[in-house]
Amino acid sequence: MIDVKKIRKDFPILKRKVNGQDLIYFDNAATSQTPLQVIDVITDYYSRLNANIHRGVHQLSQEATDAYEEARIKIQKHFNAAEAYEIIFTAGTTESINLVASGYNSLLKPGDELIISALEHHSNIVPWQMLCEKTGAILKVIPMLSNGTLDINSYYSFLNSKTKMVFVNHVSNALGTINPIEEIIDKAHTYGAKVLIDGAQACPHIKTDVQELNVDYYVTSAHKLCGPTGVGMLYGKKELLNALPPYQGGGEMIASVTFEKTTYAGLPHKFEAGTPNICGGIAFGAALDYMNNLGFDVISKYEAELLTYATNSLKKIGGIKLYGEGLDKTAVISFNIGDIHPYDIGSILNQMGIAVRTGHHCAQPIMDFYEIPGTVRASFSFYNTFEEIDIMITALKKAVLMLQ
Amino acid sequence: MSSIHQIQKEIIEEFSLFDDWTQRYEYMIDLGKSLPLIDEKYKNDKFIIKGCQSKVWVNAELENKVIKFTADSDAIITKGIIAILIRVFSNQSPKDIIKANTDFIDQLGLKEHLSPTRANGLVSMIKQIKMYALAFQTKIS
Repeated sequence: MIDVKKIRKDFPILKRKVNGQDLIYFDNAATSQTPLQVIDVITDYYSRLNANIHRGVHQLSQEATDAYEEARIKIQKHFNAAEAYEIIFTAGTTESINLVASGYNSLLKPGDELIISALEHHSNIVPWQMLCEKTGAILKVIPMLSNGTLDINSYYSFLNSKTKMVFVNHVSNALGTINPIEEIIDKAHTYGAKVLIDGAQACPHIKTDVQELNVDYYVTSAHKLCGPTGVGMLYGKKELLNALPPYQGGGEMIASVTFEKTTYAGLPHKFEAGTPNICGGIAFGAALDYMNNLGFDVISKYEAELLTYATNSLKKIGGIKLYGEGLDKTAVISFNIGDIHPYDIGSILNQMGIAVRTGHHCAQPIMDFYEIPGTVRASFSFYNTFEEIDIMITALKKAVLMLQ
Repeated sequence: MSSIHQIQKEIIEEFSLFDDWTQRYEYMIDLGKSLPLIDEKYKNDKFIIKGCQSKVWVNAELENKVIKFTADSDAIITKGIIAILIRVFSNQSPKDIIKANTDFIDQLGLKEHLSPTRANGLVSMIKQIKMYALAFQTKIS
C-alpha cells in the first residue's frame, strides 16, 4: 500500500499555491516533480563536491567522479544493462535519439528502409526524417488504429531485408498507449534490423529490463522520473555503440590528439564530449533510488487505481470524448469536451490552480488522425490523490458552464 | 477617434470592475462568442499564425490613413483577447500603432496568455499587427 500523505511531504512544490488555489499537478507526463531526496543531492553536490570529473587528481574531482560513475552504475542496474559503459549520459531523450541518428549518417545507404510509428513524439520523428534526407533512406510509418494502438499487421508487412532500423516509443506520450515492444523488437531482429525504443513515457511507470527485451537502443530522460531536467541516457548494446561514430568532438571523448590524427576514447566517453551535467547525472541516480525505494509495482498499481477512478469520473461529464480508452496504458488521459477548444479548458483549469497539458503534445500526426486541434491531457503520478481528481472534475464542470 | 492610450485606459477601468477571475474570463468569453471578427475568406493558411495550441488569423487593410484589423481564433479565450486587441489597434494610424505598447494586457490580469510559452498565436499576432503598421507606414511615406 502506498502512503500518499507521507509521500507528498517529500515534494515541497506540492505545497505551493497557483492563482490562490492549492496546486494540483496533473502534467506529470511532461515533467514529474522532484522529491527532497533528489533536491538534497543537488544541494549537496554544489555545497560539497562541485569539480570537473575524470581529469583532476585533487580530492573534489575524485569524489565528484566517483559519485557520477556510481550514478551510471545505478542506471545500469535499474535497466539491467550488461555493462555500465553501455549507459551514455546525454542531455535527455531528444539528444539520445539525435546521437544515434547522427551516427547512422555514415552507416546507411540510399534505399535502406527505416520504420517509425504514427504514435511517435516529434523528437522520435524529426531526427529520422533528417537522417533520411541526408542518406537517401526511406521512412515508413506504422499507422495507428482509432483505439490508439498500432496497426501491427502493417508493421509486419513493412519489414524486409532492406529494413535497417525501427523506432517506436514504449508508451505514447499523447495517449499513454503501451506498445507491444517485445513483439516489435523480436520481429525486427528476424530481418536483421536494429530497434531503438523511446522510453521517456514508460520509465516513470514501468521498470524496463533491456537485456530481457533484447533491445538495441533504449533512451529516456531523468525529468520524467523525479530527476532534474537536462539529463538523460542512451543505452546501447556495446557492439553497436562501438561501431557508431562519435556524436560530438571535444574534450573527454578522446584518447590522444595530434593535428595529424586523433583517436577516440572507449565507451562511454566516446559519446560524452565536454564537461557533462555532472550534478544532473548524480541526481538522476538519486531519483532512481527514490523510485525503487517506493517500488515500481506499488507505483504502477496505485497509478492504475487513479487512472480508473479518473476515467470513470470523466465519463460522467456530458460530451466527453476520451482518446485511447480501455487500452493497456499508463496513467494518462487525453480528452476533449464537446467542441470546446482544449486551450480554453486548460486556461480555465489554470485559474483554479490545476496544471494539465493542452495542445498536440508534440504528436501532431495523432491529432491529425483524430482531426482535432489537440486534447486536454491529465497525467497522474504516485503523489496525486483521488481528492485531486474530484477537484479537477468539479473544475471541468465549471469550465464547461463558462465555455459552452 | 480615441487614442490608443485612451482606449487602453478605458479597458483597464472596465476590467477593474470585475471582482474575480471568473467574471474577467466570462467577459472575455462573451467577447469571443459575440464578435464576428474576420471574413471567412481570410481564414486560410495565408493569414494564419500557427501557435502550438490555438490558431489565429489576421488581416489588415488601410482605409483613410488608418488600419482596419480583422482577426479570429479557434479558441474562445484567445478570440476574446483578440477582440480587446482589435478594439485598441483597429482604426489607428500606422505611426501610432508602431509606437504603442501592450503593457496594458498585464494590468488586465491576462498576462499569462501573452507569455511566449503559451504558443497560442497571440504574441505573434501582436508582432504581426506591428509589422502591418510598419509596412503601411512605409507605403504612405
